[in-house]
Amino acid sequence: MSTAKDVIMARIKSSLADVPDIAMEEDTPIDYTYGEVLPMDDVLGTFEEALIDYKAAVTRVKSADVPKAIAKFLKDKGAKSVVIPVGLEQSWIDGMGKFSVRKDDPQLTNYELNDTDAVVTAARVAIASTGSIVLDHAPDQGRRALTLVPDIHVCVVAADQVVSDVPESVTRLRDSVLAGLPLTFISGGSATSDIELNRVEGVHGPRKLCVVIAE
Amino acid sequence: MSELSAPLDDHTAEIGETIVHLDHKRLTPAPPAGALEDMPVFKVNARRELGNVVMRKNLRFATHTIRQKRYTRIDEVGESRWQQLRTAAEQIKNRVGRHLDTYLEDVEKKFTEKGVTVHWARDAAEANQIIVSLVKAKGVHEVVKIKSMVTQEIDMNEALEAADIAAWETDLAEIIVQLGHDRPSHILVPAIHRNREEVREIFLKEMKLYGKPAPEDLSNDPPALADASRQHLREKFLRAEVGISGGNFIVAETGSLVIVESEGNGRMCLTLPKTLISVVGIEKIVPTFQDLEVFLQLLPRSSTAERMNPYTSLWSGITEGDGPQEMHLVLVDNGRTKVLADPLGREALRCIRCSACLNICPVYERVSGHAYGSVYPGPIGIALTPQLRGIDHPIDKSLPFACSLCFACADACPVKIPLPDIIVAQRHRVAEKKQASKRPHIETTAVAAMNWFWKDAKHWELALKAGSLGGKAMDAIKMRKIGPLPYPMSTWTNARDVPAPPTQSFRDWWRQERGEQ
Repeated sequence: MSTAKDVIMARIKSSLADVPDIAMEEDTPIDYTYGEVLPMDDVLGTFEEALIDYKAAVTRVKSADVPKAIAKFLKDKGAKSVVIPVGLEQSWIDGMGKFSVRKDDPQLTNYELNDTDAVVTAARVAIASTGSIVLDHAPDQGRRALTLVPDIHVCVVAADQVVSDVPESVTRLRDSVLAGLPLTFISGGSATSDIELNRVEGVHGPRKLCVVIAE
Repeated sequence: MSELSAPLDDHTAEIGETIVHLDHKRLTPAPPAGALEDMPVFKVNARRELGNVVMRKNLRFATHTIRQKRYTRIDEVGESRWQQLRTAAEQIKNRVGRHLDTYLEDVEKKFTEKGVTVHWARDAAEANQIIVSLVKAKGVHEVVKIKSMVTQEIDMNEALEAADIAAWETDLAEIIVQLGHDRPSHILVPAIHRNREEVREIFLKEMKLYGKPAPEDLSNDPPALADASRQHLREKFLRAEVGISGGNFIVAETGSLVIVESEGNGRMCLTLPKTLISVVGIEKIVPTFQDLEVFLQLLPRSSTAERMNPYTSLWSGITEGDGPQEMHLVLVDNGRTKVLADPLGREALRCIRCSACLNICPVYERVSGHAYGSVYPGPIGIALTPQLRGIDHPIDKSLPFACSLCFACADACPVKIPLPDIIVAQRHRVAEKKQASKRPHIETTAVAAMNWFWKDAKHWELALKAGSLGGKAMDAIKMRKIGPLPYPMSTWTNARDVPAPPTQSFRDWWRQERGEQ
């Protein structure tokens, strides 16, 4: 008896009888240059503007001032409890003395995460033209649920992580994907356009996204 | 009850005539009765929907807003760059379609390596059977799901319901549709036919029956409505054992799945449950990870007209200590291999379900997705559905005619699907089938009659003479137009006046002026 796969494969082969038996690169060439950099005068400024357009909170600080910037965001947004990934930079943690900070080790349950106000993470790559932050969930960013369930996400992006456009970001993320890491592209806070096609900020993901750009 | 509940109830009843009898054993709100394909043909549905003023107003506002925003986003990218991206997307997806067997083998191998169990489903019934048995094996009676076109295509929710499993929609628009005992009317924003007042009514009435109630003082402000959905669904997310997703892209090279979404409900479903079942059409493949750079630029701008959608998730099988530790990929054919057989029709398989063609379509804008009797409405629906389902059914036969051939969709499509060409080809198929049936038909008889006139110049002159005689007769009594005529001419003259024929044909005039030149 043939399996569903056999049947589907046989259907495909019969449907594609007109396709010549040559290399696919020759059969369907792709005239496109991958990974191109989008020329722009001010990459960080463009990134910042795009974030503001999504109604995210943004601040640009010197690397040494990152702990202060994180603490300020947490305070401004009214966070009391904070969860942090296992590999977060120690100096950033040191700046969170006023908050109830819990490391995700052992892992918090879904319900514990739901009762936590905020999460603080690093990032992998950021995209200026689209105002996107990409996490590859390495130890300084934590597992995916961490940056999803709490309502406030404070994310630190290093200036050299910000690239011009999507193609450049995909090139940079290749190693993470080959290493089997999941990716999350975040562009502003959770939003929906489902009611009358108007963008409304804040549905299931963190409703408050705060970005610290460290120069 | 507020006065707003009246049109709402009427509307619900209109869609499926009557709501399924209120069986208390049901776990989720009952959709309208009857199968989608058992709806009347497009012409009948369209007439009914045209009478729904609230829907038309909502839809006109929404489609016009999104069109304008889309133009702004494309301008930002620049026309020539946009065209480069469209061409690249066309070529990439053509390569996938023309070598689908090779790519599917790669996909099965890669996903299996990454700990995902790969299943193959020839049709909807087989896909549902696989999904139901996977959920049953987990011993649970509810799943949370991400909005997905293919799960609608196979009517998965009802298959799960029949197996005593509640499938909860988690996308805001989908939950409006599900709680509203309704059907989606758009592939991206399924509740586009509803306005904020209607949504508020649905939430107040239904949420309390299936979980956390909406606050009693709920306003019709979209942020308040979104918050009600957040509160209602949160408990379902946190306790979920099984999540079900579709997939925007399958990356063959790396064994990854990609979900493009806005609200974070997708991330919830992908991350919190212990088991994840992803149901994906076999055409959803892109060859390499780098190919995503093309689609991640085209899709958000073409769908919600954003530079980037709020959340895109990519995962490559099981990640230790992060997210579901059991994963299944169900690869669904359900007619796609039939579509693949036609070199023109197969171009529709490039579709990335952005819905730009719906938003630009003058027919869709007026009749709404409910008029089509197809999970895929609008231009892509009338190009794809008759290919997926065949043209035996009256409703599928009627679909290719739900188009004015204005060609706007062909320009809007980010993957350059020649939608009007495919639609015309589907009309041709329907016409051929009609002819093959050999039953006398008004249209074919009329065309055969015209054939006689056109075949020979003498026949044609005769017809012109008859016409100008009629014209002279009408002129004599000062009749300028022909009003309503009896059937079958009434199908034309009911909505239009026919001008009186000229008293002299062009040929006669030419002979009179220039002689036999």
